[in-house]
Amino acid sequence: MANFSKSNVPQFSVEVYQNEYLPEGGREVNAIVTVSATGGGTIGSAVAAPHLYSPGQGPSAAVAIMVDCSGSMDYPPTKMRNARDATAAAIDTLRDGVHFAVIDGTHVAREVYPGGGRLAVADSATRDQARQALRKLSAGGGTAIGTWLKLADRLLASADVAIRHGILLTDGRNEHESPEDLKAALDACAGRFTCDARGVGTDWEVKEVTQIASALLGTADIVADPAALAADFTQMMESAMGKEVADVALRLWTPVGTQIKFVKQVAPTVEELTARRTESGPRAGDYPTGSWGDESRDYHVCVEVPSAALGQEMLAARVSLVIPQPDGSAQNLGAQGLVKAVWTDDMVASTSINPQVAHYTGQAELAQVIQQGLDARKAGDMDGATAKLGRAVQLASASGNADTAKLLAKVVDVVDAATGTVRLKAKVTEADEMTLETRSTKTVRVKK
Amino acid sequence: MSQMPQPTALTKCPICEWPLASDDRFCGACGHDLSAVPAPPADQPTITMNGTAGDAPDEATPVDWPVASEPSTDTPAPLVRPADIPGTDSGGGDLPGPGRGVRFDRHPEPDEYPLAAPLPPDPRTAEPATPPAGTKVCVACRAGRVDRDGYCENCGHAQPRERDHMELELGAVAAVSDRGLRHHRNEDAFAISSTALPDGSPAVVAIVCDGVSSATRPDDASLAAARAAGETLLESLPRGTHPQQAMHDAIVAASTAVNALAEEPETAAEHAPHQNAPACTIVGSVVTPSLLVVGWVGDSRAYWVPVDRSAPPARLTEDDSWAAQMVSAGLMSEAEAYADQRAHAITGWLGADAYELEPHTASFKPDRPGVVVVCTDGLWNYAEAAEDMAEAVPLDAALRPLHCAQVLVGRALDGGGHDNVTVAVLPFPAPPQGAGSA
Repeated sequence: MANFSKSNVPQFSVEVYQNEYLPEGGREVNAIVTVSATGGGTIGSAVAAPHLYSPGQGPSAAVAIMVDCSGSMDYPPTKMRNARDATAAAIDTLRDGVHFAVIDGTHVAREVYPGGGRLAVADSATRDQARQALRKLSAGGGTAIGTWLKLADRLLASADVAIRHGILLTDGRNEHESPEDLKAALDACAGRFTCDARGVGTDWEVKEVTQIASALLGTADIVADPAALAADFTQMMESAMGKEVADVALRLWTPVGTQIKFVKQVAPTVEELTARRTESGPRAGDYPTGSWGDESRDYHVCVEVPSAALGQEMLAARVSLVIPQPDGSAQNLGAQGLVKAVWTDDMVASTSINPQVAHYTGQAELAQVIQQGLDARKAGDMDGATAKLGRAVQLASASGNADTAKLLAKVVDVVDAATGTVRLKAKVTEADEMTLETRSTKTVRVKK
Repeated sequence: MSQMPQPTALTKCPICEWPLASDDRFCGACGHDLSAVPAPPADQPTITMNGTAGDAPDEATPVDWPVASEPSTDTPAPLVRPADIPGTDSGGGDLPGPGRGVRFDRHPEPDEYPLAAPLPPDPRTAEPATPPAGTKVCVACRAGRVDRDGYCENCGHAQPRERDHMELELGAVAAVSDRGLRHHRNEDAFAISSTALPDGSPAVVAIVCDGVSSATRPDDASLAAARAAGETLLESLPRGTHPQQAMHDAIVAASTAVNALAEEPETAAEHAPHQNAPACTIVGSVVTPSLLVVGWVGDSRAYWVPVDRSAPPARLTEDDSWAAQMVSAGLMSEAEAYADQRAHAITGWLGADAYELEPHTASFKPDRPGVVVVCTDGLWNYAEAAEDMAEAVPLDAALRPLHCAQVLVGRALDGGGHDNVTVAVLPFPAPPQGAGSA
């Protein structure tokens, strides 16, 4: 007998890693919170968790693909062709029944398919029509990404679906609108849909692309070689199709007198969330995390609690996962973790640092020093750049972040990784530098 | 806490007739948006079908608004409020003005969130929204309710646990255990009981254990050891085993019980700052009408205090500690040894990582009545010498052992309560058993 009351929301679990022991007078509590979602029922779990959907179906979803069609996409002409092919590949990856649209982005946004302010529903016929429509894509015009996002938002809102997602491709700077316009568009779209952003080639601005992905809780990456676009788009769409629940928020309850120093996602990428808090009740606030499929993410929570006497124990924070509802209530996803503080005069206990906290503190610093090092390099401060990137090499090597270490090795010559002794390379390709900058926030998990 | 999103009370999709669950927002077959369909007018089912029981909404109100209904000030119902007690001025006279003029000391922190809800009723005129029967109020801030995890919903402080303070009196023997003032949990444990020897004469048993803080799960170790030792004695004494042999066996049994903890998965699971096999000390005493037996491993102690204080008191145990070893080896004077930082490092304990289990036992035949004080270092740190201990023991200790144990724990707390304190008091000779206490 099928269990019809089971919804397709995955099971969330929360684990807390911390050293709860504080010395006398200690106030700062650090914890790594690992959130895992499993068994939602679309990807790889059809056997384990039988659910309502027939095979091949998942939660209702809508996807908008925004393709940069500015004039620069024709230089070289393969870029436009590759973008077209990549979009077609992404459309092929769409699950039947998913709503979708393709947007042609220049200094204005235009609907390519299906048009008329609607979304198409994926099946073999609409996929064919969409591929036909892609042929009409041609380069010419400027770049105003805010307008693309606003159109995507309008289209995505027209369907009543559980998951809304955008895929955005750009090859140039956002020149035809002010940064404020883009910021306003992002603010308007935040929480309404999630969006992955990709920069193709090397003429785009890393901070713009990462800003879009960060605001819309998606991924950012560089596709330096246009030929790699199709694979990347397919992978992005697969990941979007794997999402099972949208608008999940990390809810943090803290006791009276507690100050939240920061909340950030630290795996798979570093993402500062502190300022994105929405108050959700007495002493509680929600931090957006976007859509979840079968995946696991880590968060670093740092709170300052009022000091208490030796021997006291208190709850410094309670972490849970909720889906805020429009009426102000919230659906609780059932999992919670407790962050504690215990004051002790045992120095051994209070001075030890939890390995997870230490690891992610290092990963966050790694992302920061890469950014600072590249900024210094651009500003011509070669000593500053060498120091920061040297520290980055040291951190990447110590924490086993091999991917980042490889990217760093394309920008600096490593003399001694353990001490962080490096020399700046005289000649660095723009693609290598941009790849490092875009991927600087990628972290590795702690080795267990 | 909060309710699920308002379920559509449809049993079938209006479009395709697909059967629905109560919390579906969309039809699983055709994707139809169910929230767009107005729910049937009659009787919306409010049964929660999923397992998460809410916070006992015993009121008939449909929506649980914990924010507004909570007493947001500092006056939960069962407390005596300032206004209930007639205040006096500093000279002792009546306060001027109307009798109800006492203000509340509000918590210094401002209201963090301007609530849209109406102001809570004035607690002086209206009874504060009485927390439902059984609601526990935080002992730390006196304002918040205690949630299901045992923490205050307002200030987050952990609530006292059962083991923070324990008292037990069984006929002639009594024990008191307290968390002390500096440690966050009580890692001591005790077991007391009385039984009868085969000849019908009474035997009184007390076991006290002190968990080793630097090991994992010290609280579980001490509890397991005390229980195992107590049970072993209760079994072997009535069978006629000599009390000294019985004490030896009990310590071995306690050691086995503590060793077993090391293999439990919880030991590995605890995110302790350091991972060591659970360990504890043990000291026990058996008192019969003619015999006094003590046994120990570690630095928990037993003292003999005669009723007639003109007779000398005595310490009955020899610590397994660095200081005691230094003294017995003649390398240091007692004063020097105990002043050393390493004084309290123990050289013997129960636990899977102990070098070698060497239960010490001793048997005495006191020629006069007295009491045996069995205690952890949480007490004897404040009354190390036998004379000091005897001074701290009330004169009527043999008649009121529980009172004596309370007094001794109080002495340790007054001294600073730097460690958990556990004291058991057994009068010698064991008094004949009262009726009914088998």
